[in-house]
Amino acid sequence: MREFFQKYFIMRKHDAKVAVKKMKRSKMCYLFLAPYAVIFAMFFVYPVVASIYYSFTYYNILSKPRFLGLQNYVSLILEDEIFLTSIKNTLMIAIFTGPLGYIMSFIFAWLINELPRWVRSVAVVVFYAPSIAGNCYVIFSVFFRGDAYGYVNAFLMNIGIIDAPILWLINPVYMLPICMVVILWMSLGTGFLSFVAGLQGIDGSQYEAGSRDGVKNRWQELWYITLPNMKPMLMFGAVMSITQAFGVCDVTMALCGYPSTDYAARTIVTHLFDYGFSRFEMGYACAIATILFLMMILCNKAIQSLLRRVGT
Amino acid sequence: MSKKKKNAAIEEEVYVKPLIKRRKPNRSIGGDIALYIFLVLVACIMAFPIVYAVSAALKPLDELFKFPPRVFAQHPTMDNFSDLFVTMGKSWVTFSRYLFNTAFITFVGTAGHLIVASMGAFVLAKYEFPGNQTFFKIVTVAMMFTGYVTQIPNYMLLNKLGWIDTYWAIIIPAFASPMGFFLMKQFMEGLPTSLIEAAKIDGANEWLVFRRIVMPNVKPAWMTLIIFSVQGLWNNRASTFIYSEEKKTLVFALQQIQAGGIARTGQGAAVLVVVMIVPIAIFIFSESQILETMASSGLKD
Repeated sequence: MREFFQKYFIMRKHDAKVAVKKMKRSKMCYLFLAPYAVIFAMFFVYPVVASIYYSFTYYNILSKPRFLGLQNYVSLILEDEIFLTSIKNTLMIAIFTGPLGYIMSFIFAWLINELPRWVRSVAVVVFYAPSIAGNCYVIFSVFFRGDAYGYVNAFLMNIGIIDAPILWLINPVYMLPICMVVILWMSLGTGFLSFVAGLQGIDGSQYEAGSRDGVKNRWQELWYITLPNMKPMLMFGAVMSITQAFGVCDVTMALCGYPSTDYAARTIVTHLFDYGFSRFEMGYACAIATILFLMMILCNKAIQSLLRRVGT
Repeated sequence: MSKKKKNAAIEEEVYVKPLIKRRKPNRSIGGDIALYIFLVLVACIMAFPIVYAVSAALKPLDELFKFPPRVFAQHPTMDNFSDLFVTMGKSWVTFSRYLFNTAFITFVGTAGHLIVASMGAFVLAKYEFPGNQTFFKIVTVAMMFTGYVTQIPNYMLLNKLGWIDTYWAIIIPAFASPMGFFLMKQFMEGLPTSLIEAAKIDGANEWLVFRRIVMPNVKPAWMTLIIFSVQGLWNNRASTFIYSEEKKTLVFALQQIQAGGIARTGQGAAVLVVVMIVPIAIFIFSESQILETMASSGLKD
């Protein structure tokens, strides 16, 4: 047994020496990477670690953090009903808009791909524009205004579906669905671009070969040829849409207000803002951030292992 | 002689453009038409809010409140925009100052991001050294969560550095955006290694290779990084990290005007257009380059 360990350590030492030698040889590489690595570590790696650390403390910036153990998490889950509402809302939005937005991105990219070149580049702009149009989504608050002069209300009253105006953005029943519609409208983002670009890169001869080998219609073609070719882009698009779906806050805050009636449109991120930047309970806010972080990473990993099976 | 003629004939045969484009296999005309109609319908729905926003900005006040509403302005004017300038001119902090803030943050942040990210991406894509795979994996994980997760510790860190209420609180974190780094690295992997080796044999060091060979060859990726970075920084309200009014960004100021309620309806509509026009314009001008970069965006494992 001891011999085995000795051998093992000798091997490890050797490996380490080789690694150090290699590192010395590639000093230049580290120098190039250093500026990015330092800033990245400061603003992306450290905050995650720090947020996990602070989530176990009570911290209000002014006094020193006081260690609490799991107290923050316990009160989040057992005592904070608004947090549970916010989790429910975020999950509802994510489950509905995430997959639907993702599928929409792919389907429209796929349909656009067959258009002639000029039409295609116009179509890409039309579909992509909502996601980069700044805060253009506030225009929906005009459409869904609560009085009889709101366009949706007026339209529905004219054709006789409703006889009194509905308070779209104040009534908790309608808030989430409207936010979902708006988020779907904006969901053709970076993933969509990636799909469009990926589809253009597929070798056309594969389709010819496929049709010789018995692919009969465009749906079979999609499943057997297009999707397997698109796998890396599908992965990338999935990461983008999950990240977007869990990070919803701008739209709900702009349309339904902050705080919204009955907290019906509160998401995890809005809850985070509330505790972090209004009440300055940083420890508690960090616990929220940590939960959000874990949810996003786990969801991403799960979806990725699911996507690996596509087209096989 | 005859051989030459034959060759020419063959060449002609090869290069003759087909008059009627051969249809792709597995397509029925009916299916095509149905799908195109569907596509056009959805495109109209997608474009409607934006078209409406633009035409609302061009409507004179009486038309804005007209009921039932018209989608297109009957008498388009630029009144809303000039009103907007008047209001901005009356504000305590001048319009030019807000514009400068946004321009400065956007420009410095984007330029720095471009340089810092492509330097790192270059060595990661083209050199083997201990830790390069691990580092890249960490960056891809960083793409999987939103910036909101890190915002609170970021605030504390910036506070310790004394950068709160300075431009640097927005600019420096923007340097390290994982998305741009990822896209740059994926794109650089497509560069032929022989190009770099040839330059090295000619005696160029890494820095020269990077500046003279690699950077000119990845121009499409520049545009992509620029649009993602500009989009993020232009729309950055910076309201959590910057609190003095004279350092706030243009978008923040514009949205303050927009929040002015019913009296500012016309100006609010103008604000929407001003805010959205910049990212969309950049995208339209650089669409083909962006798509070229996105082709290598796939996440392999």
